[in-house]
Amino acid sequence: MSNPNPKPEELVQIGYQPPSKDWMDPSVEFRKGTFCYSALPKNLNYLGLPNAREWQPFDEDWKLPPDWKQIILDGMKERLEKYRSFRLFMDICVRCGACADKCHFYLGSGDPKNMPVLRAELMRSIYRRYFTPAGRLLGPLAATPLAGGRELTEDVVKEWFYYFYQCTECRRCSVFCPYGIDTAEITMIGRELLNLIGCNINWVLEPAANCFRTGNHLGIQPHGFKDSLDFAVDELEELTGIRVDASINRKGAEVLFIVPSADYFGTPHYYTFLGYLALLHEIGLDYTFSAFASEGGNFGLFNSHEMIKRLNAKVYAEARRLGVKWILGGECGHMWRVLHQYMDTMNGPADFLEAPVSPVTGTRFENARSTKMVHICEFTADLIHEGKLRLDPARNNRWTVTFHDSCNPARAMGLLEEPRYILRSVCQRFHEMPENTIREQTFCCGSGSGLGTDENFEMRMRGGLPRANAVRYVKEKYGVNLLACICAIDKATLPPLLEYWVPGVEVAGIHELVGNALVMRGEKPRSTDLRGEPLVELEAAHA
Amino acid sequence: MTRLLSASATVLAIALAAALAGSLEGVRTVLAVAVPYAAFAVLVLGLSWRVVRWSLAPVPFRIPTVCGQQKSLPWIASSRLESPHTTAGVIGRMALEILAFRSLFRNTGSRLERGPRLVYREARWLWLAALLFHWSLLVILLRHLRLLVEPVPTLALVLDRLDGFFQVGAPVVYLSDGLILVSLTYLLQRRVRNPQVRYISLFTDYFALVLLGAIAVSGMWMRYFARADTVAIKQFAIGLTVFRPAVPANLGDWFFVHLALVATLAAYLPFSKLVHLGGVFLSPTRNLANNNRMKRHLNPWNYPVKVHTYQEWEQEFHDKMAAAGLPLERP
Repeated sequence: MSNPNPKPEELVQIGYQPPSKDWMDPSVEFRKGTFCYSALPKNLNYLGLPNAREWQPFDEDWKLPPDWKQIILDGMKERLEKYRSFRLFMDICVRCGACADKCHFYLGSGDPKNMPVLRAELMRSIYRRYFTPAGRLLGPLAATPLAGGRELTEDVVKEWFYYFYQCTECRRCSVFCPYGIDTAEITMIGRELLNLIGCNINWVLEPAANCFRTGNHLGIQPHGFKDSLDFAVDELEELTGIRVDASINRKGAEVLFIVPSADYFGTPHYYTFLGYLALLHEIGLDYTFSAFASEGGNFGLFNSHEMIKRLNAKVYAEARRLGVKWILGGECGHMWRVLHQYMDTMNGPADFLEAPVSPVTGTRFENARSTKMVHICEFTADLIHEGKLRLDPARNNRWTVTFHDSCNPARAMGLLEEPRYILRSVCQRFHEMPENTIREQTFCCGSGSGLGTDENFEMRMRGGLPRANAVRYVKEKYGVNLLACICAIDKATLPPLLEYWVPGVEVAGIHELVGNALVMRGEKPRSTDLRGEPLVELEAAHA
Repeated sequence: MTRLLSASATVLAIALAAALAGSLEGVRTVLAVAVPYAAFAVLVLGLSWRVVRWSLAPVPFRIPTVCGQQKSLPWIASSRLESPHTTAGVIGRMALEILAFRSLFRNTGSRLERGPRLVYREARWLWLAALLFHWSLLVILLRHLRLLVEPVPTLALVLDRLDGFFQVGAPVVYLSDGLILVSLTYLLQRRVRNPQVRYISLFTDYFALVLLGAIAVSGMWMRYFARADTVAIKQFAIGLTVFRPAVPANLGDWFFVHLALVATLAAYLPFSKLVHLGGVFLSPTRNLANNNRMKRHLNPWNYPVKVHTYQEWEQEFHDKMAAAGLPLERP
């Protein structure tokens, strides 16, 4: 076994030559550093999920239920009937291989089963054996390399577990596929099937269970949420001399503001949180937080469609209870996949809310007229464009900035220009990474979809290599020292990634930079940025 | 390699069997009449069955893969084709995808250099070969109308003229014939020579390519070298289309080879990856508008789920909330 935490120069010895072993052989070696640990029984029990037990992926015996095979096959059948995407994507792949080197995990590992086409073939080979006319006709004869089918065995379950938790559902491959085959769909359904027999990971299930109970992934209880908020208000006062008002569960506010919980508990997310508070105070928005809907993120997305809906329900429920007019959402990636592509369908219609209108500019957000939820970058871009903010971009002169498009805001929403417009307004030095690594072709951080845990460190560093590589390019070319992004998972996992591959580049949210640049009415002369670091080059820039 | 060889052997066996059957008096009629009808029926029924299966499966969520700027604020130009928010935009996106293989056009190749440095380059050969193959195939199919319909449709005549524009050889060499051979050769050699693509290739991937290649070669052989009797072929073909089949004696071995291979393709298509020709129209990541927050998408099987209500939540944390001075529904 190799070193659990290999050095970059070791890790980069990547061979792309496929092994001699045929891919239809399902055997997997669970090597430390390349997989996530199993979900704890208490989390499964809390959520009412099946087959809670003590086990680990490296165990020989996974303690599957006796009828596990039938459960999986029934589950596949049901989903083939419920999802056109699933049935179609099982049928039409021509294995052209255009997706192969588009996956960050393939680029970083060279493991052929990380080519999106093969990741899907792990499922398709079972589909061909059990669900196609030829497969049913030939029976076990269909499970040969020539026929392209495989028997569903425990080894296949282990292989699925390994590779479906080695996909961050970033959907980059889908951009390049001539049929738009989306591996995220296959991975999501693969994880649902594994979930039916209790094969899930703790890094997904614990946040999901926490969120179900307390309202947020981190398990922060309402009074803890209040403490965090109070602390942030105090800190912002120290930095700016202004005491902002941030209410919780206040009925009758115009806007409910929902952010990922990491924003008020993690670093560097926290500076973005300070930025939100400063901004919303400055424009005098009548808004409230909710300690019940204290999480915008949704780890249900990494578990099952049903869990998405269960965790997302509180957003509209709380908006209705508090009687707000519309909802504003903070910086988060997969949170916005759910809010943009799933929420209205699952838990709508939001006919008790009003189409969002910015009370400051009067802009009506037509693009959110049904969902009634606006991304804070849309909101802020509008404020800046309408000239409602006084900004001093020189306050960000410590940074030479590049922007990492987070997978979901880019490929699920098309939120590409809004953050760039804000960045160009709040900082003076901004440089793009190479074009096939940004916008719709952006590379994942390598830790999304619930894989950002320490035991998975090696695979995260591998998966993040293409992103880090592009950062390194702009660091060397333009002296970039800050990677801005709008995703809570990015903010948590890019710092260690960059520390590993590109030391010297830090990570920040867009609204941290907004908060730095924002000139607030009545503020004291700022000597530091929101991180408490002294402002530099201020005089030179003003001169 | 086994997969390529077995696929080639299968195609060869079909061709040989066809040549043999074509030369046997009694079997010839079966091959010339029953097989095409059966294959055509399988194609139509099989393809319909596939399309119906897909159509019956609902699209529970609107999940376009967005490849451009969304429609949001009025002063930000949205990408109408890569992130369409209207039906017209979706039709445009699908047209680009189906007629010009838009997504494949994005293809890049990557290389890991020392440093480490991952570098990407444009890699459009696959796009070019795929596009040439599909368009050539379409032109060739339409050209065949010359043999199936009398009087010959204008479309077929015009295509014939355009396709033979260079007036090289006698009979005139069609551009599409050359291009389909070149593109199929490229696609097959890519599958064999590119280690990653070879690794993922199944029997069916080789079989489809070899079969299409064999169809093209047998057809061209008839036209350019065997100089098949096109009058007899047309007489036979029109007989089939009006359900009064007659089998002239002078069709030639190569014709039977060609016919049998085409019948194989037709019958194989609905049960193979070649159904992408229908499936591409239905792909939910491409044929849905990115108007998710503007217009609610309905899921026909949306069902109630177990949620944690505010009341349950407040009950659990009631005392702590009261102590922290947070508002309560039940003080």
